[in-house]
Amino acid sequence: MSSSLFSLAFVRLFPNVNWSNMYDATYETLHMSFIALIFTFIFGIFLGLVLFLTAKGNLWENKVIYGITAFFVNVFRSIPFIILIVLLIPFTRVIVGTMLGPSAALPALIIGAAPFYARMVEIALREIDKGVIEASKSMGASNAQIIFKVLLPEAMPALVSGLTVTAIALVSYTAMAGVIGAGGLGDLAYREGFQRRQTDITFVATVIVLVIVFIVQLIGDLITNKLDKR
Amino acid sequence: MISLSDLVKTFHTRDGKVTAVDHIQLTIDEGEIFGIIGYSGAGKSTLIRLLNMLETPTSGEVVVAGKNMGRLTKQQLREARQEIGMIFQHFNLLWSRTVKENIAFPLEIKGVPKAEREKRVNELISLVGLDGRGGSYPSQLSGGQKQRVGIARALANNPKVLLCDEATSALDPKTTDSILELLVDINKKLGLTIVLITHEMHVIRKICHRVAVMEHGKIVEQGPVLDVFKRPREQMTKEFVKQVTEPEETEETLKHLFGADGIGHVLQLTFVGGDAKKPLINDIIRTFDVTVNILQGKISQTQNGPYGSLFIGVEGDRQEVQKVLEYIREKHVSVEVIHGE
Repeated sequence: MSSSLFSLAFVRLFPNVNWSNMYDATYETLHMSFIALIFTFIFGIFLGLVLFLTAKGNLWENKVIYGITAFFVNVFRSIPFIILIVLLIPFTRVIVGTMLGPSAALPALIIGAAPFYARMVEIALREIDKGVIEASKSMGASNAQIIFKVLLPEAMPALVSGLTVTAIALVSYTAMAGVIGAGGLGDLAYREGFQRRQTDITFVATVIVLVIVFIVQLIGDLITNKLDKR
Repeated sequence: MISLSDLVKTFHTRDGKVTAVDHIQLTIDEGEIFGIIGYSGAGKSTLIRLLNMLETPTSGEVVVAGKNMGRLTKQQLREARQEIGMIFQHFNLLWSRTVKENIAFPLEIKGVPKAEREKRVNELISLVGLDGRGGSYPSQLSGGQKQRVGIARALANNPKVLLCDEATSALDPKTTDSILELLVDINKKLGLTIVLITHEMHVIRKICHRVAVMEHGKIVEQGPVLDVFKRPREQMTKEFVKQVTEPEETEETLKHLFGADGIGHVLQLTFVGGDAKKPLINDIIRTFDVTVNILQGKISQTQNGPYGSLFIGVEGDRQEVQKVLEYIREKHVSVEVIHGE
């Protein structure tokens, strides 16, 4: 219904745009980004905590675990995303069972974004005043209490603003994921817009991506400001 | 309450081994306010952190409230730490929590039920004089108020010992005084043993019963505050004592007066304890044929009595002045001729 209204209004301006397809592609982009973001958050927090806690002078100082984690984080963060997708094809087949549709892009999106977020988590945790951790220890806090009652809450604004940056990166990653047939706005813009020289499709897809990015940034900033009591 | 025996802590740095705490023996009694003074780098920060095992000793023993801190399991150590409160120079509050939530934090750690937590937090807020500020965030408080939250938080689990790590060093003089008064108040009300480290003699003078002076990881001098003020043995101690007994710029001020009319000799009298109340100057003027000129003086209160110094100019016959000196000494007031002879 809404798509037919839109097509009436814009039919002259964007002759090649199929608004129903555009709507589906937007949905796929949001869907992929959102699911990937949830997993990226979970893995990123976990990896970030491991990096922070096992680093020199911290609660679980451990050179071996730090070294291994840092190595993998660096490797997966350094591989260009487009190459990562291709490298992960066999892995995705095993996990998802198919190479078609938005779900097929998820493993690559998560593996690409989680290490990126993990580094931001590590930086956010490092920003916490060491004195606060010392004070918590002096009160007899266990390590679990320090993690859940001190480290994560104190770092929350930075964790959220890092997640905002990661979410925006994920939106652009989904565009590249179109290469393996994952769908979404990037896929549409590339196949329908670029390859078939329908510039209006590329233009509209780009505008929608921009709008998504602006909204994500806005929400992220709002939450960060609300959380930040410093 | 606290006893340290042969306590050593060494750090390995790039420039070699540093002994921050060097074979320290120390006993702190129940209910006393014990001060440790020293310049930065003397090892006092490390020492206070050894008391609750925030630093693990290289060798030696730490016994707090009957517990040998070095021999506890992790779980036991956490429980022992709940009985030792600690406050910090930079307060170390959680900025993501309100005043109430900050004070409730150690209670959460201990697993106190919510209703009980609420009750205890309200008691503590009143105790430290923060009524009405419970819902504020630390960033909305002044330094003094932040330290009050720190104190309330440290007292939440009814500790037996309170450790103060330069607790007033980041505060202005007036706020420092109000925080010190709060500490004395808590010490009296709760019978809490307080150990504090500082580089300000003013803090020691104002609230401590006993003091230890630290230099290069060692305790060079210790005793009741008045005794240390009266007879500082080490050069370091003398410097610290000067901080509080002599008004600022005393020497410069007095030097201008040396040799002026009516100021033959300049004497420094030091009163300790009850002596400060004696009408000594009056007696001197009545008994001897000298002119007395009061140049400068200061009396400070300590936890064990008043302590003060007075600078006077004495003009008169050499023999007469000699007699004055003897007379002052007879009265057990220490005197030093700082100009003339």
